[in-house]
Amino acid sequence: MTMADVPLTRTVELGFRRKRLTALAVPAVILAYLTYAFFAFDIPGLAGRARLDNAAILLSDFWSHKTHVTRDNRSGGLTVAIEGEAKGTYASGTTPDWVTVAGDVTTIDLGKGHVVTYDPAGARYVVPGYGTIDIRPEGGKLKLDAPQPLPDWINQADTRISVTTDAARFAYSRSKVETFRYFPGWELFFFTLDSPFHDKSWGELAQLALVGDRIDPARSNIGYMLSEFWTNKMWRHGDVAWAIFETMLMAFLGTMSAAIIALPLGFLAASNFTPFRAVRFAFRRVFDFIRGVDGLIWTIVLSRAFGPGPMTGALAILITDTGSFGKTFSEALENIDDKQVEGVRSTGANSLQSARFGVIPQVTPVLLSQVLYFLESNTRSATVIGAIVGGGIGLLLTQAISTQKDWEEVCYYVVLIVLMVMLMDTLSGWLRRKLIKG
Amino acid sequence: MADISFWPEPEKRPAIDTRAHYLDMTRKKRMYGGILLVVFVALMASGFRLAEMRNAGDFLAGLPMVYQFPAEVLSEAWAMRGNLPGLFLEFVPSLLETINIAGVATLIGALGAAFLALLSTRGLAPWPWALPLYRRTMDAFRAVPEIVVALVLIYIFGGGPVPAVIAIALHTCGALGKLFSEVAENADLKPVEGLASVGGTWPQRMWLGIIPQVAPNWLSYALLRFEINVRASAILGFVGSGGIGYDLKIAMQWGAGKYDQVVAIFLLLFLTIVAIDQLSGHYRDRLVKGAKP
Repeated sequence: MTMADVPLTRTVELGFRRKRLTALAVPAVILAYLTYAFFAFDIPGLAGRARLDNAAILLSDFWSHKTHVTRDNRSGGLTVAIEGEAKGTYASGTTPDWVTVAGDVTTIDLGKGHVVTYDPAGARYVVPGYGTIDIRPEGGKLKLDAPQPLPDWINQADTRISVTTDAARFAYSRSKVETFRYFPGWELFFFTLDSPFHDKSWGELAQLALVGDRIDPARSNIGYMLSEFWTNKMWRHGDVAWAIFETMLMAFLGTMSAAIIALPLGFLAASNFTPFRAVRFAFRRVFDFIRGVDGLIWTIVLSRAFGPGPMTGALAILITDTGSFGKTFSEALENIDDKQVEGVRSTGANSLQSARFGVIPQVTPVLLSQVLYFLESNTRSATVIGAIVGGGIGLLLTQAISTQKDWEEVCYYVVLIVLMVMLMDTLSGWLRRKLIKG
Repeated sequence: MADISFWPEPEKRPAIDTRAHYLDMTRKKRMYGGILLVVFVALMASGFRLAEMRNAGDFLAGLPMVYQFPAEVLSEAWAMRGNLPGLFLEFVPSLLETINIAGVATLIGALGAAFLALLSTRGLAPWPWALPLYRRTMDAFRAVPEIVVALVLIYIFGGGPVPAVIAIALHTCGALGKLFSEVAENADLKPVEGLASVGGTWPQRMWLGIIPQVAPNWLSYALLRFEINVRASAILGFVGSGGIGYDLKIAMQWGAGKYDQVVAIFLLLFLTIVAIDQLSGHYRDRLVKGAKP
């Protein structure tokens, strides 16, 4: 080893030591930050606050629905309603075939041997493999007769007894007795109970649509069916379709107008087109300001002025994106090849013509791909903006979530939103390939 | 010169009028362009008319009001400007929470994205047959808007930062995963082969062979995402709960009388976003172009 090599080995060794330290330090810093966040966000307390029963309701609501069979214990009136909603109530005398009404006695056949009977004395629930649960009111309290010891799926209090089995949920209180039977699928998704097409199988429907006699002489069955579906009171398919369309409209109008406005402004902010430093500087700061005052704030200010609706959302997207587009457009314009512009200018073109024929063809692919990318991401933002300004699918979604029980509708909207975003994604990708490479 | 001599005499050449053809082509191109433009303008115009019709207020009536609300807010805040420094201090903790939500979500999302990206890049994936599976997973994460996840999780977890973190992290994971995988696709495979030849396991090959190559670009994307996530976290706070967005909503709902708070929050948010924008822009430049000597 010569003398010259000694400092070299030292440098290399030091370098390695530093590398090794960073390799350890980076994960350590990340871990420390996550630990800090763990306590700052009170994750240990989260376990206590989390409502797992809510999660169970939510999940079961996503794929199933329940029918309530309710007897008012004071008046004796019986209602059978899907999800307990007025819109899903069976007209009196038209109960589903698993509910039998004979005078004062109502028999509910829950399948697999589970039978619930409401009678004037009280109510009984026969659970196969366990026995009969008999409940009757006595002196303002509820008296429970069931095989002892009581299993934990029977919950007894003075004024309320509830039973949960895998066939149904049953609850008896002084004012009413209720049985909830669960069915897979989304209830009344196609036709509501008052529609003539309710309760028909696919085959029957197809037959009616193609060859059957007209139910309503004024219009064809298929048209009637479509209008019944479109105006379904429970799911409001027509309104939902409009909301989706509004959301896409917001994204389209906002993105495209922002691009149209930002293009000339981009020229004014690009150093190779605007020789005046002050103008450039001013436009740059305007773009920075627009981007800095976040989309959230623009949305709030605009919704104060224009009220809820899709135009407000479109304008909010327009303003926010003008800032982003202005910045990226001016950067793209600064990076162009000057030779083309010089060539066009040498033929005697004025500055507008040289911009049109020398610059625009060069930047079009970059700008278009930027615009299409924003169009896709704005479809997602339009959902959020809709939730703030009150328009489009975002509004329906927040409304459905705030009722805290229409989770099947939430699921429906989420599926539609995801499909919408994927559609826009595919569309913008296809357009990008067509317009830029094709 | 040589090819020209093979041509027949000028008067015997087939009569191709290049100029006419060119003009014809240009005219056709211009016509298509014109049609497209007309369709586009018609779409925009009818779209705006439709949007205006379905809006609660109309455009011209609302235009003067755009200045009215900010003016009202600003004048009230100006009258109470003495409160602002105190309010700034008061809202710093919730601002920190907003930033922390974005930070933690970016970190978790980026870590998840790194794994998903390596698993879904051709040439690097340990199980190439599962490639489409991971890609579709990322697509799904990307397609679900943050607000949906956040609002549903608020029902389960109650308010607070956790739903927002999970929502943003999921989206970040999908969005960054795609970008990360595009970067990793262009990585040089020679180090990986070298490591494989000396018996390196898959994690070793990735950690020592790929990560050092892609780290600058990945970090740059992650910084950009952090910037986006700070905004998203403020918005989620406004719609759901947690952080400075929630304070803003409360102050806005109160209306006149608390506009000094609104202005304080606006200013804090504005300054933070600009600062993070500048910082991340600076570091991204350095990461991609290399440190200045």
